[in-house]
Amino acid sequence: MFSEYLQHLLYGYYPYLAGTVFLVGSLMRFDHGQFTWKTGSSQMLSSKNMRLASNLFHIGIIVIFFGHLFGMLTPHWVYAPFLHAGTKQLLAIVVGGIAGIMCVVGGAMLLYRRFTHPRVKASSSMMDNIILGLIVFQAALGMITIIFSLGHLDGEMMLTLSSWAQSIVFFSGGAADYMSEVSWIYKLHIFVGLTIILLFPFSRLVHVWSVPFGYVTRRYQLVRRRTT
Amino acid sequence: MSHFIDRLNFFRKAREPFANDHGEVRGESREWENGYRQRWQHDKIVRSTHGVNCTGSCSWKIYVKNGLVTWETQQTDYPRTRPDLPNHEPRGCPRGASYSWYIYSANRLKHPLIRKPLLKLWREALEAKGDPVDAWASIVEDPAKSKQYKRARGMGGFVRANWDELNELIAASNVYTAKQYGPDRIIGFSPIPAMSMVSYAAGSRYLSLIGGVCMSFYDWYCDLPPASPMTWGEQTDVPESADWYNSGYIIAWGSNVPQTRTPDAHFFTEVRYKGTKTVSITPDYAEVSKLTDEWLSAKQGTDAALAMAMGHVILKEFHLDKPSSYFTDYVRRYTDMPFLVELEPREDGSYAPGRQMRASDFEASLGQGNNPEWKTVAWDETRDQLVVPRGSIGFRWGEESGGESGGEGEKARGKWNLEPLDADGTEIKPLLSLAEQHDDIAKVAFPYFGAIAHEHFDHVKSGGASDELLFHSLPAKRLRKADGSDVLAVTVFDLMCANYGIDRGFGAEGEDDGATSYDQVKPYTPAWQEKITGVPAEQATRIAREFADNADKTQGRSMIIVGAGMNHWYHMDMNYRGLINMLVMCGCIGQSGGGWAHYVGQEKLRPQTGWTPLAFGLDWQRPPRHMNSTSFFYNHSSQWRYEKLEIKEILSPLAKIEDYPGSLIDFNVRSERMGWLPSAPQLATNPLRLAAKAEAAGMSTKDYAVQQLKSGELAFAAEDPDNPQNFPRNMFIWRSNLLGSSGKGHEYMLKYLLGTRHGIQGKDLGEEGGSKPQEVKWHDEAPEGKLDLLVTLDFRMSTTCLYSDIVLPTATWYEKDDLNTSDMHPFIHPLTAATDPAWESRSDWEIYKGIAKAFSKVCVGHLGEETDLVTLPHQHDSPAELAQVEVKDWKKGECEPIPGKTMPALIEVKRNYPETYERFTSVGPLLESIGNGGKGISWNTEKEVKLLGDLNHRKLDGPHKGRPQIESAIDAAEMILTLAPETNGQVAVKAWGALSKITGRDHTHLAHPKEEEKIRFRDIVAQPRKIISSPTWSGLEDEHVSYNAGYTNVHELIPWRTVSGRQQFYQDHPWMRAFGESLLVYRPPIDTKAAVSMAGPKGNGNPEIALNWITPHQKWGIHSTYSDNLLMQTLSRGGPIVWMSEDDAGAIGVEDNDWIELYNANGAIAARAVVSQRVKNGMVMMYHAQERIVNIPGSEITGTRGGIHNSVTRVCPKPTHMIGGYAQLSYSFNYYGTVGSNRDEFVIVRKMKRIDWLDGEGNDYEQEAVK
Repeated sequence: MFSEYLQHLLYGYYPYLAGTVFLVGSLMRFDHGQFTWKTGSSQMLSSKNMRLASNLFHIGIIVIFFGHLFGMLTPHWVYAPFLHAGTKQLLAIVVGGIAGIMCVVGGAMLLYRRFTHPRVKASSSMMDNIILGLIVFQAALGMITIIFSLGHLDGEMMLTLSSWAQSIVFFSGGAADYMSEVSWIYKLHIFVGLTIILLFPFSRLVHVWSVPFGYVTRRYQLVRRRTT
Repeated sequence: MSHFIDRLNFFRKAREPFANDHGEVRGESREWENGYRQRWQHDKIVRSTHGVNCTGSCSWKIYVKNGLVTWETQQTDYPRTRPDLPNHEPRGCPRGASYSWYIYSANRLKHPLIRKPLLKLWREALEAKGDPVDAWASIVEDPAKSKQYKRARGMGGFVRANWDELNELIAASNVYTAKQYGPDRIIGFSPIPAMSMVSYAAGSRYLSLIGGVCMSFYDWYCDLPPASPMTWGEQTDVPESADWYNSGYIIAWGSNVPQTRTPDAHFFTEVRYKGTKTVSITPDYAEVSKLTDEWLSAKQGTDAALAMAMGHVILKEFHLDKPSSYFTDYVRRYTDMPFLVELEPREDGSYAPGRQMRASDFEASLGQGNNPEWKTVAWDETRDQLVVPRGSIGFRWGEESGGESGGEGEKARGKWNLEPLDADGTEIKPLLSLAEQHDDIAKVAFPYFGAIAHEHFDHVKSGGASDELLFHSLPAKRLRKADGSDVLAVTVFDLMCANYGIDRGFGAEGEDDGATSYDQVKPYTPAWQEKITGVPAEQATRIAREFADNADKTQGRSMIIVGAGMNHWYHMDMNYRGLINMLVMCGCIGQSGGGWAHYVGQEKLRPQTGWTPLAFGLDWQRPPRHMNSTSFFYNHSSQWRYEKLEIKEILSPLAKIEDYPGSLIDFNVRSERMGWLPSAPQLATNPLRLAAKAEAAGMSTKDYAVQQLKSGELAFAAEDPDNPQNFPRNMFIWRSNLLGSSGKGHEYMLKYLLGTRHGIQGKDLGEEGGSKPQEVKWHDEAPEGKLDLLVTLDFRMSTTCLYSDIVLPTATWYEKDDLNTSDMHPFIHPLTAATDPAWESRSDWEIYKGIAKAFSKVCVGHLGEETDLVTLPHQHDSPAELAQVEVKDWKKGECEPIPGKTMPALIEVKRNYPETYERFTSVGPLLESIGNGGKGISWNTEKEVKLLGDLNHRKLDGPHKGRPQIESAIDAAEMILTLAPETNGQVAVKAWGALSKITGRDHTHLAHPKEEEKIRFRDIVAQPRKIISSPTWSGLEDEHVSYNAGYTNVHELIPWRTVSGRQQFYQDHPWMRAFGESLLVYRPPIDTKAAVSMAGPKGNGNPEIALNWITPHQKWGIHSTYSDNLLMQTLSRGGPIVWMSEDDAGAIGVEDNDWIELYNANGAIAARAVVSQRVKNGMVMMYHAQERIVNIPGSEITGTRGGIHNSVTRVCPKPTHMIGGYAQLSYSFNYYGTVGSNRDEFVIVRKMKRIDWLDGEGNDYEQEAVK
């Protein structure tokens, strides 16, 4: 009884709670805390191994992010004609696995640095530590799910999870029901992921919103009209 | 409204391309730009200034927005000057304008800091002991524990602590030190009160109340020119910069006016529009060289040779060949030139100049009952007889009683003046030269040092019989002394002419070593100086002639602006007396537009006599403990253990070496014992314990101490500085960067005072087998880490803070209320708090108040009412300055130890330790019962103390209920302003009245027009105010003349405070004669042996060169210190730099911006090379105080970080600066004493190989080797 309640709470309502906090929180922080909207880089305090660690971590996590975006939220019928679910899963395992290793290794290096380098340590906030710890933990969990996934290469579990995600995003209702048969490892992974989304606006992760895509299309010289 | 919504502009055509798609017009918000725009807004403007050691004292507008200082600009509301004179403003330089950077910079100290190992020990000890004093004892008396935190000094590890905890720790340390070792083991160093008087007074008041020691700074910085006290009996007094405008001829001698005196430099430029000629004398092509009409490039350190040659020309042309009537009259009235000097026969039949003759030498003391041994005599031309002219120092003291035989019904007092009268009131005309009236011609020997060979300086043979002595023939008078013997006497004028190398033809042909024409290469001719200084003889002659000619035509309007480049040499007195003599011979001193403008900086504490009671607690107890820092650091940082300069190297060939045995430290110890220089720590025992022991012995404390000293049971602390009983234990540093800037012998301080990592390369006398001192006990193992606690107050993390145990964050110059004055203009300025002190910082006043409070609490049970015994040297401007007409050492049995006469005065002082805080915050009763004063005069202050009570309110309760309060810094400022004659007209009238009684002339007319004027703190906040004339100073703040030193001596006939009462050319003290400086001579720089004495370090393969180490003032820093400022670093090279000439750099393969290393026995420095044509070959220049916290790699030699400019220096004191108890040559705080010269030093320079940042982050690299 209780487990069912918990399942609905965590996988039916918690996603909305986390999503709301994520969106409203980001908006409020953007409007009211402009000077806190930053990456909070500590490279100035110590640049040792940063080039490697930071690049591994960031490239890894960006690939994972887009992988999840594509894998979870693209409706099955869009790619079904040319991509078998099993093939897609294999693709996800290979690409995600490589990106995951990069992310875990880079993240672990960053984590080590954050907790051992005296200057970095002294200037880290609690949230900096928590969020980095969570992300590395989450990436490691993601890697562990691969082991489970190797047990069922038909892509069914993947489809179940993406159905869950899509029913959340498209407000289809009853999303939590998809999770009843899912292994604990995926549940934990999803829960931690939702928690990261929840904490997002309170952490340095807000810099993700400011990814400078604008530079791709901007012209060299920018001018502005006088406001009248 | 919302940053987010503002960006939601998808439906507008937001981006319009133009210029073929190179640009686009956007519609997005630019609100973010307001952040920058608001940066330069303000909602109020506050007047403050920079409490820095420059000559500036400039009024600034501080702009404040939302409680933050945004920036500063110059104030332009100074009171106007006279119609014919440019105004002072705008004052302030771009470097000063960079100050606000500090307030919110990362370098700002924000919280009280303590090093973690010490905090840990303290908390544990306090936990274990309960009582803070016992807790402190348990730490410092445990060698393992104390080593733990001492060796961490300078190695980082600061943690935040809170004020209460640290105040308690500091107080406990002070209480323990006072109780266990004596309060004179608590030392405080803070410089230049004038830059922020209340902040200085805060610490010194606390220290003085508990019996701690305040250290001098002016002499230690080597900015004190001892030539000034020697000549004038005046610490330093100079014209204000506006008076430059009154000059007709200006020489800037070693002073880089536009760079180091930026706010005043406009007068220097403006006066050229009147046709004034300006000349610069600097070794390097400095900024001032570009500004002047003519540039003389004399080799560094040889200025005295140039000055002597110029003096030679002046004497010959304007005093002998065609005497200027103005000059002749001036030197007759205002100098010791007509006074007689006894000739002492020598074995070879020649004579040596001896004592200046005194009334006591003659029958019945020439009728002088009072101080006849201090009354100089002259020959009266009118009556053709010996006379005792008025004004000599014997007339200054003790005349009230009339002496024993001087009564005869007349009023004896009131003869200390420069009227042309003798003691009896008969008009006299003292004879300058005996040329026409001599009884004999004497062959007189003068010491000659110009032939001493020096590896880096040229020497010239004397051309006479001896290379050590010069013989001149002088006209002499034969006089009969009281003991019946006959003696030959000469006038100082004749001595001077001979000493300047002029052969006047008194002797037989070829008998006189003097010159008869300028082109002879004989000592002190223009041709002679060319060989030494490199200045063409023609140029030197012409400039001297022009200088004197202008002075002759304008009655003294020739001026010399003189800078540190002249004063920082071991033989600075010769450089300075060289130019002083030129000025005096030309009648320029005391005349508007004339005189010497020494670079005193803000040492001029204008309301000085109002400030001293506040600063030294004179309202509660007298005397305070003072110490001359040079001797202190020389002694207690064990720099004497490495002394390589021997007495025989500096002794005059006329003196016998066996009469002057020992080493430099021995002379200092003897000086302390005889009461010449002060001591700190004073006696080798706790002075709080002496009273009880004396009582037990049934004697007075003073008698007991004398008896103990005489028997040898007790000694001076200086005689055994390495004994733990005699360590300076606690030290406060505030308003100073002692370890990052002025600390000569930096590495010695690190090792011996702090006990931490250091870079000393040389060996001490023990290891080297050198001769050990005689008066000081030698320990083979020298103790390290003598200081138990070093507390620094600062607003930025300076090098000094880096090495301190506790760092207390203080208010910046824009965050506190204070007072500020300068010698460069006559105004008194405020510092005011534009904002509250940021973060947890507090003003110095509040910090010391807090420590005083903690002390009062913590001391209970350890210290109560105690009797302290203070030793006091013979003070200048007090009757004690007549203590010793002869040099006698009681310790050697040459005389009895008599306190105040043959040894320091011993004075009992009652202290009430638990009342420290109550006394700190109220005005004590001694001001009413004894009065106030300064410079030898005193007056009643009852009225002023009452006024203070009314202004500041009175204590409502406590032990000092009813006493005027000094709660806030403004209260303290009011105390200064109310008591000082310079800011309170009524006091000024009283002070002039007090002086009138001694001179017998009415001077009160100088203050009467301003009698009702009272300057208060809020007045100066509204606008800087011009101060009122007072007898503390020798110039006038007047509507008619600009301030000029010596003005009242010349125009009010107030004597100079010297033996003769006149400007003293001849220094007759036995030590002055023994060390060859009774008259001006040229002396080459000393050989410190620092560069050659060390065992060569492992070469790095690059060639080396030895260069003279010159450390001038910053171009890119706020005066001499604040260079760790992003704006200044940006203008410079972002780190330590050293200037080299192209040739020297080329010789060792160094290119501009290479990392180079400079080292000698004292330590090493790593810096970048600036290779410039500006620099003269043979010297290398490093600007002062480039902090060791900015971009300094490790030294290859020392293995530690590359040091500061003082890492390669070591103090080397000069015996003549230790003289005391002899009129003008008497000690007074910052007035006389040993000075920390540093320019005779040589360093070895080479390109660095390995650049090691000592941070283990892989940034190290190797520089290309020199091919």
